[in-house]
Amino acid sequence: MGKIDIKDMDLFYGSFQALKNVNLEIEANKITAFIGPSGCGKSTLLKSLNRMNDLVEGCRIQGKILLDGQDIYAKSTDVNTLRKRVGMVFQKPNPFPMSIYDNIAYGPRTHGIHSKSKLDDIVEKSLRNAAIWDEVKDRLKKSALGMSGGQQQRLCIARALAVEPEVLLMDEPTSALDPISTSKIEDLAADLKKDYTIVMVTHNMQQAVRISDNTAFFLLGEMIEYNNTEKLFSIPSDKRTEDYITGRFG
Amino acid sequence: MRNKFDMQLDSLKEQLIHMGELCEIAITKATEAILEGKEEQAREVILADEEIDQAEKDIERLCLKLLLQQQPVAKDLRQISAALKMITDMERIGDQASDIAEILLTAKLGKAKPNEDIGVMAQATAKMVTESVQAYVDQNMMLAKKVMLADDEVDRLFEKVRQEIIDYIAKGNGEEGAEAIDQIMVTKYLERIGDHATNIAEWVEFSITGNHHGAQAIHDREKAGE
Repeated sequence: MGKIDIKDMDLFYGSFQALKNVNLEIEANKITAFIGPSGCGKSTLLKSLNRMNDLVEGCRIQGKILLDGQDIYAKSTDVNTLRKRVGMVFQKPNPFPMSIYDNIAYGPRTHGIHSKSKLDDIVEKSLRNAAIWDEVKDRLKKSALGMSGGQQQRLCIARALAVEPEVLLMDEPTSALDPISTSKIEDLAADLKKDYTIVMVTHNMQQAVRISDNTAFFLLGEMIEYNNTEKLFSIPSDKRTEDYITGRFG
Repeated sequence: MRNKFDMQLDSLKEQLIHMGELCEIAITKATEAILEGKEEQAREVILADEEIDQAEKDIERLCLKLLLQQQPVAKDLRQISAALKMITDMERIGDQASDIAEILLTAKLGKAKPNEDIGVMAQATAKMVTESVQAYVDQNMMLAKKVMLADDEVDRLFEKVRQEIIDYIAKGNGEEGAEAIDQIMVTKYLERIGDHATNIAEWVEFSITGNHHGAQAIHDREKAGE
């Protein structure tokens, strides 16, 4: 059993089928990369893992997604608890228009933590884990909007870590960043996987090769191939995977 | 970008074919020089080795450029890394052909009659080199396999010539020992060239299948009748 098991999953936006019979086992404490051309369904699948698609009108899901064996789409599942366990970082850094400190403390506060010393600890620990503490420790009360793009993205990762999730979903987390910030986020992801299960959508093949343990390739809503990353990028078993990763289409 | 990459890969294949041809010519000419005592031809072979060395450098540079520019994966990566390994074997083949030619210039092969099987070995190894490179260009696994199996015949000939030379030394009471040793060296160089061609064929297998089982596995499978 994986940390997340996706079983016979179909997803529809109205009458359009965006995902077709996806079966996938996401391993705990590994980085799993989703790759594929635009519109192949990889971000849709990522968003399904913490039910972000609930907010999309006309979105319908069949099949099962199990987190530690529990169906996340079951009626008994509390979505807030699910999103605490499965955090998300988006393509574009989206800090809240408030101080660095309050950005991090926001999640823990909504989950009922109000003790200042406890919040201080969480803020420091989260910022340290996101490898940004040293850069911001002297300006925690300043607005997060004054940070650079790379810093903002690490802040968003720190914010996700503050509620102590088990899984971290990352939707093209470095596509808006320069190479140095990208490298920091990649190092961070590699570091975080000892404590978290990470699922990442990326358009950057070399990034998938560099940091992920497993890779799933999607095409037109189907999962074509899922394998150990080194294997998938050296001896892909499906010709469509080979054609995509070598740039012959897509 | 893919178009440019495909053109660069075609150019890589052309350069490999050219280097393979240079090796084939070197083997044939060096052996012919030995068998027929053509000293001038031996000097040509030694000079031509520089061309083979240059071809290795050019191909190496192209492969490194492709790795840098294209960051290849899957089959592209296998083909480029296989090429990088193949040229090392081809460069050694050039050196060994040159070594064969040098024996004529430094030794006295005059009295002893050259063993005819040396010519047969030279033909066989030159063919192995050409076919192994062709197998790479055409991504032809059958041809690569043929090269790996052809090395058996070269090894058999080596053993045969070796035994004949031992008998020859014994018969002459060691009189023409120096010539005999030069002949065995020529034969050994050819046997090594066969091994290098086999290495090339093994890298062709890797570039096609991603596996580097090697000639031994091919032999085992042949024996098992697969």
